[in-house]
Amino acid sequence: MEYMILIHSDESYEAPTPGTPEFEEFMGAFLAYNQSLIDGGHWVSAANLQPSVTATTVRKSFGAASTVFDGPFAESKEQLGGYYVVSAADLDEVIALVEALPIPMASFEIRPIAFRPDAG
Amino acid sequence: MDEVEVAITRVAREEGGQVLALLARRFGDLDLAEDAVQEALIEAAGTWPRDGVPENTIGWLTVVARRKAIDRLRREESRVRRTLAAAEDLARIRPDSDEDSGHPMLVPDDSVPDERLRLMLLCCHPALAQEAQVALTLRLVGGLTTDEIAAAFLVPEATLAQRIVRAKRKIRDAGIPMSIPADLHDRLGAVLAVLYLVFNEGYLGHSADAGHQRLDLADESVRLTRLLVDLAPGDAEVEGLLALELFHRSRSASRTDRRGRMVLLEEQDRTAWDLAAIGEANEILAAAMRRMSPGPYQLQAVIAAYHANAPTAGDTDWPGIATVYAQLAAVTGSPVVALNRAVAVAMADGPAAGLRLLDDVEGLDDYHLLHSTRAALLDRLGRTEEARASYERALELVTNSAEAAYLRDRRDALA
Repeated sequence: MEYMILIHSDESYEAPTPGTPEFEEFMGAFLAYNQSLIDGGHWVSAANLQPSVTATTVRKSFGAASTVFDGPFAESKEQLGGYYVVSAADLDEVIALVEALPIPMASFEIRPIAFRPDAG
Repeated sequence: MDEVEVAITRVAREEGGQVLALLARRFGDLDLAEDAVQEALIEAAGTWPRDGVPENTIGWLTVVARRKAIDRLRREESRVRRTLAAAEDLARIRPDSDEDSGHPMLVPDDSVPDERLRLMLLCCHPALAQEAQVALTLRLVGGLTTDEIAAAFLVPEATLAQRIVRAKRKIRDAGIPMSIPADLHDRLGAVLAVLYLVFNEGYLGHSADAGHQRLDLADESVRLTRLLVDLAPGDAEVEGLLALELFHRSRSASRTDRRGRMVLLEEQDRTAWDLAAIGEANEILAAAMRRMSPGPYQLQAVIAAYHANAPTAGDTDWPGIATVYAQLAAVTGSPVVALNRAVAVAMADGPAAGLRLLDDVEGLDDYHLLHSTRAALLDRLGRTEEARASYERALELVTNSAEAAYLRDRRDALA
């Protein structure tokens, strides 16, 4: 099965600045983690998003003109910051993958993928 | 109920879950397994009155349910085949030719405990809401009907049925596995929480008012906890829960008077306590504690043991109980435990000491027992008006009618 892992985190938490040793460690942990997904046959895709201050929302409603506004879909302390799409045997395997993610504080929503048109 | 009906109910509860677990693993489809077991039980209701109850009921149920499952898969396959007549490949997908031969398949005994444990862990998977865990466990592991479960928890049957349908859909669509995880002990914690919730609902909850019409949830919980002791041998907390339930159960004959009113522990007729249950609980608890793996259920069982083994209320070792409550409060951080600790300290060191601890309990302002406990301590200190106010507050919050009657009596007895 394939699952999307939606990573919701507190944006006021500052990630390490590029160029510092902390940043190297932070990125190193991610690269190692991503490699482990590839080696384990779990990798499908992933992305890290720009913070929600860059978000634009378009709302459409039957018949009415669509509206475009500034900001994310939902205002909340924890915002969608990135995602993984992984391939796994079952939910327990995905939970284990999430637990191994090198992100110390966030909420990870796991959703089974119903259909993915670009799946080969 | 006639003999055959009794036999079918017994088979549904004691053997249905086992066969369901086996089929769910074999076919990887919980709905299919459940339907197959139901159809087999319906067939039993049709043929057993004529042919007699088979000697090996679980063998019979396994063979028939397995055949029902395969029949259903065949029907679905042929439907798919007709629909997609053009897709010739599909026609080549045939079940193994011996699948429906129907000769008795023996249940592989050594694998069955594993399958049932897997089913129990699946029903109590943390990805399911607890109310769904409870419903699924009683339905699929316990073999109870949806209307029995709905009646026991005082919810409409449609609500309960919907809860089960949604949970099964999530299990299927989210890919919740039927597996034994590496962190078995942690996952057993969720199973224990469900079994204890079921026990308490039967023992003290709203449904404890129900009288004898309803299913005895406390008995069901004891039955499933015993099963879990067999399935996960050597887990001290599972044994701790069973001991705890048996200690509570040993007092069921003396907990209420003839009019159904609650009788406090210290006023109960101890000669009516079930000594055999207490003896069994003592042994189970001792075995659990020898494993040197303490936990909250064992600590609660130790407290229950202090009560159960005191010949009279006056012999109760309150300082000992207060010590165990202090440990339990440290382990669980639960305000309800802190409340009980205050009660034990009041018994050991007097009402003023208990009241001081009670003042530190946080987050229980809407819990009737906090106020009734405060009332009792204030009364013992001669602070009658404050005691009356606390009884009034407790009466506003209480839901169980036996407890409410008890609180009214206490309030009216104030000087």
